[in-house]
Amino acid sequence: MKRILSPLLIGLLATGLIACSKQGPDTQVAAEPAPASAQLSVGLAISTQNNPFFVALRDGAAAEATTQGVKLITVDAQDDSAKQISNIEDLIQKKVQVILINPTDSDAVAGAVNEALKAGIKVVSLDRSVNGAQVNAHIASDNIAGGKMAAEFLLEKIGGKGSIVELEGIPGSSAARERGQGFHSVVDGKADLKLVAKQAADFDRAKGLSVMENILQGNKDVKGVFAHNDEMALGALKAIEAAGLKNVVVVGFDATTDAVNAVKAGQLAATVQQKPELIGKMGVETAIKLSKGEAVDAFIPVPLDVVKQ
Amino acid sequence: MMNMTIQHKATLQKLGPFLALLVLVAGLAITSPDFMTVGNLLNVFRQVSINALIAFGMTLVILLGGIDLSVGSILALSSVLTALMLSHGIDPVVATSVGVLAGAGMGMVNGLIISKGKVAPFIATLGTMTILRGLSLVFSEGRPITGLNSDFFAMLGGGYVAGFIPVPVILMLVMFAVFWFVLKRTVFGRHVYAVGGNEEAAALSGIKTDRIKIWVYTLSGAMAATAGMILTSRLNSAQPTAGTGYELDAIAAVVLGGTSLTGGRGWIFGTLVGALLIGILNNGLNLLGVSSFYQQVIKGVVILLAVLLDRSGKKA
Repeated sequence: MKRILSPLLIGLLATGLIACSKQGPDTQVAAEPAPASAQLSVGLAISTQNNPFFVALRDGAAAEATTQGVKLITVDAQDDSAKQISNIEDLIQKKVQVILINPTDSDAVAGAVNEALKAGIKVVSLDRSVNGAQVNAHIASDNIAGGKMAAEFLLEKIGGKGSIVELEGIPGSSAARERGQGFHSVVDGKADLKLVAKQAADFDRAKGLSVMENILQGNKDVKGVFAHNDEMALGALKAIEAAGLKNVVVVGFDATTDAVNAVKAGQLAATVQQKPELIGKMGVETAIKLSKGEAVDAFIPVPLDVVKQ
Repeated sequence: MMNMTIQHKATLQKLGPFLALLVLVAGLAITSPDFMTVGNLLNVFRQVSINALIAFGMTLVILLGGIDLSVGSILALSSVLTALMLSHGIDPVVATSVGVLAGAGMGMVNGLIISKGKVAPFIATLGTMTILRGLSLVFSEGRPITGLNSDFFAMLGGGYVAGFIPVPVILMLVMFAVFWFVLKRTVFGRHVYAVGGNEEAAALSGIKTDRIKIWVYTLSGAMAATAGMILTSRLNSAQPTAGTGYELDAIAAVVLGGTSLTGGRGWIFGTLVGALLIGILNNGLNLLGVSSFYQQVIKGVVILLAVLLDRSGKKA
């Protein structure tokens, strides 16, 4: 008897779990008050939920979906592009009206995104863009505005004059380009301000340290440093401490845990923080607009925040 | 009484996974309106094809009482090599063939280390898994390789036969037929069972056990590389980290299908059913909107139950 039962157990278990899954059959959903005649269903294909940034993005989307009465189906690729393709295919079969995709890899998902578009589903990319497919909108942090905010904060702190340094991220990367562009739009052409060095340290803490050490050899009067990310900022901070310099204003980018702690300890002046929850929230808002046939911008920049003491 | 039921048990045990699959399909057909559609079923088959191809090769390895942990790395390295050739403008048919042969070569190295070097399969393939993963990172410089621009190659993963049957599904079914035939109807197939059942006895009866092992691991490598071609085509890029963890999915499919991890007992149909079980579970849980964290828990429980089943069969 035991032998007969055990094979069936597998199947029973699977069906049992299905029966008690929370977001199960549509009948449950229909019982809730629907705002429009038919409830909008949106798929969120997320790259990973093992990273706090993307978890915050998901939470932002989920909260907004609940507020707006949108049915949000989240699928997680666990950083595997093949799994993300399968996830998108499943969402197409599920006939969601809009897919919000946070790609694992910008190139790899193009085929699946094109399939979704062909099936008449609107697609919005979040945080990372899609290469090789024409999505309806792209929502990501406004790195240019972030660079501007960092520059303005830096200028305010040093009283608008003196020598400053810019540590660049990997040259040519979009983050380095955009953050640098925003920064330069503020500091360029100011008579009292002197950009004594602009060097690449590739987003790397060790490089940030050594590059800053070299810069300090010839420029002891540096008043402020803007680094394109926190890793380089923390490296530069070490170099400044080792050189015995006081009151140098260092501004980073990303608001990593280390950087936020350094800000609290009064070592780092500030760091620019992305708002992943807002990216998720705006994703759902954009999905609603698209489902109503409203026009949306091709690129929707999400504002950032300055974390300071 | 005992003798009467042993036959019974064996049949039931063989059909167990298939019954489980039917129950799962029926359950999903009732709970998810999107599941039982032609579109979705073809979709599932296409998603399953990659795991199934790897698992077919793995079935032979496990029938020998061995294990191949390196399949995910073989998949990645052959994918990277093929993508590099394609991006340098080498003919896609040549690039694909070289990719599959390279995978076979990597498998052959596994076979040689295990048979001639007398290294336990787990250790040998653990070593090559690490080496080959490292090499795929070396050759790709850690970045995805894009710019494959080949219509032939795009067909492999994204094409359709007769307008609606995905090419990978056809490939999977063809390979299923080939493996079924090889195991059921050829001397080589019988030898695989014999070596896995009792290596000493097989050697004493004149079977060249080393040669069988080398061939089986070569086949496993070739199948992993074939799956790699499909994956590369579908992603339109080679990812150096592709296939991470696929060895476990393949082993799970084989075990779910009733093939014994101790070797000598099992069948390829079971592996196809096992791969479908995993694939349908993935697809169905997605359609039902179950969180990916719970999906892992559920899959793990299903695999454990299958192994418990395997053990209870052994005692009989």
